[in-house]
Amino acid sequence: MTPQESVTVDEAAPPGEVLLRATDLTKHYPVRGRRQVLRAVDGVSLEVRGGETLGVVGESGCGKSTLGRCLVRLTELTGGRVEFDGQDISTLSNRRLRRVRPGMQLVFQDPQASLNPRRRAGDIVAEPLLVHRYGDKHAVRRKVGELFDVVGLAAAHLDRYPHEFSGGQRQRIGIARALATNPKLVVADEPVSALDVSIQAQVLNLFADLQEEFGLTYVFIAHDLGVVRHVSDRIAVMYLGGIVELAGTDALYAQPAHPYTQALLSAVPDIDDGTVGGERPRERIVLTGEVPSPADKPTGCPFRTRCPYVQELCAVERPPLTMTASGRHVACHYPLAG
Amino acid sequence: MTLAPSAGARRSPGPWRTAAGDLLRNRSALASAAVLLLVVLATVCAPLYADHIAHTDPFQSHVSGTTVVDGKTVPVLTPSSTGLGLGVTPIGPTWDPAHYFLGADNQGRDVMARLLYGGRTSLFIGFTAALLTCVLGTAVGVVAGYAGGVLDAVISRVLDVIWAFPVYLLAICLSVVLLTNGLKLGPLTVDAGSLWLPVAIIAAIYVPYIARPLRGQVLVLRNKEYIQAAVGSGAPTPRILRREVLPNVVPTALVFVPLMTALAMLTESALSFLSVGVQPPDASWGTIIEDGLGLLYTRPAVTIAPGLLIALTTAALNVLGDGVRDALDPGARLRGGV
Repeated sequence: MTPQESVTVDEAAPPGEVLLRATDLTKHYPVRGRRQVLRAVDGVSLEVRGGETLGVVGESGCGKSTLGRCLVRLTELTGGRVEFDGQDISTLSNRRLRRVRPGMQLVFQDPQASLNPRRRAGDIVAEPLLVHRYGDKHAVRRKVGELFDVVGLAAAHLDRYPHEFSGGQRQRIGIARALATNPKLVVADEPVSALDVSIQAQVLNLFADLQEEFGLTYVFIAHDLGVVRHVSDRIAVMYLGGIVELAGTDALYAQPAHPYTQALLSAVPDIDDGTVGGERPRERIVLTGEVPSPADKPTGCPFRTRCPYVQELCAVERPPLTMTASGRHVACHYPLAG
Repeated sequence: MTLAPSAGARRSPGPWRTAAGDLLRNRSALASAAVLLLVVLATVCAPLYADHIAHTDPFQSHVSGTTVVDGKTVPVLTPSSTGLGLGVTPIGPTWDPAHYFLGADNQGRDVMARLLYGGRTSLFIGFTAALLTCVLGTAVGVVAGYAGGVLDAVISRVLDVIWAFPVYLLAICLSVVLLTNGLKLGPLTVDAGSLWLPVAIIAAIYVPYIARPLRGQVLVLRNKEYIQAAVGSGAPTPRILRREVLPNVVPTALVFVPLMTALAMLTESALSFLSVGVQPPDASWGTIIEDGLGLLYTRPAVTIAPGLLIALTTAALNVLGDGVRDALDPGARLRGGV
């Protein structure tokens, strides 16, 4: 990466048609015994273009998994809308939604919990094919074999049960199941965070290969900045249910514009003295205080209670996610970079 | 659908086969199964005994009959000078299979023949009631647990109401009502005095004991990622229930069957003893105990024999039930292997 890239105008918007568009997406959960609601996702708007990978990062509890489930409507939205492939899926009836579902698939975090322990691997991958009447027994069998091959599993594994596989292999079964319906969009919810580091790289490479082979579009959710950087074209940084910064991967890593992004990046351990790829050496920014509860958010900017650069305006007005001169989006009154 | 095994693949033993293997290695479970088999065989052979050995049937009174003991002809019933009963003392156990092996009751009926025929009734009611309870309980529990919301609330409250009644009180109330009028549910009519009445009553009162734990299990299952994956693949709800939920709860329901059979048999005996279960002239172990009540001091065998059989059978069912539970406990097994 060269320094000039970070100032290229509108580098954040890749070519391609918009495949997924979320507008002012909110998901609130009632809090038992109290009148407040838990604002898991609070007004998120984003676009994902065909063929790109949008990384979503944030710490635990920031609402990134809920966002992922909202995007494919595995959970009902509280407000806002989601358009997939030009169709508003947020108001579709269950019946019509079932017809859209094959196009958008989810890969889960926990490869243990995402596979039914009482079904054989081959049956698990065959299930979506059977649901959508792919063909007769032999056709299904053949297709499952192909899918196993595509994700790097042996045909001999078809008749085994999930507990007989390693974590990485189980995640491959999950990926094969997601691919079975020929999706355009795959939302991967921390797909490698439960895996050993040595296995993570293999699975990430598999994701990259599959994207190239099938022209997939990914929304890749993770809390590991190293992982998202490796796979993403653009990255959305979430804090307390909202996107605080959305920018091209290289620009974001070179020059974070939001103080929270800056703090997150400074927490990534560097192998050498912090000058990887010509970046400026970073100072470790340690955030003080706890993340506020999403059921009891601060007024104004959600990050102001922990922001090292907080000013008076921040407590009064919530900064909207706005586009800067260089085409990135930041939700900050005083962004650190254009 | 189960896919045919591919050539050369190692086909892993399924959870059912593993469980069966475990059960077959469990000596106490095997022993109790053998005891149960013996009891069942004996009752199945009841007509053989009655027709060819004792030359009577369980309903035939021999009020003025005679029989042969040690080569001497003696009356089956002798007028009693003292004690309780209908003023008669029936013949005691002769230990001669051809002539009142266990004596007669106060109507001069062969106790051994009644015991074998009564065993048929008791085992039939116990087993069918248990099976019916488990099927109903599973259906109710799965629907309530998966549907959630209003439906779950309604079902759960109804179960709570049934649960809140003492079992015997509820059973006696239902029996008293149904035994006078029979049961008419739309096209379904059951005559008062039919064996299906105690079956239905016992099955109904124990439904909450199955439905509540299964509902809890389904509540946990519903949030498993493989259920979400099935939803996400566009599978309709009945298919998800059948393919993903049921395979996980059926083992639990099966564990209940032997234990429930024991419980249902005890309940049937108690109801019959109180004259609100099996109706005369049909015999069950409970009714024979009732018959023997008046002869407790002179002919205790009439009471002790069915009592022992009830104790033996329910004890064997409980030991077998424990074995089945150990073999099928899905948690212990499926957590194995990383």
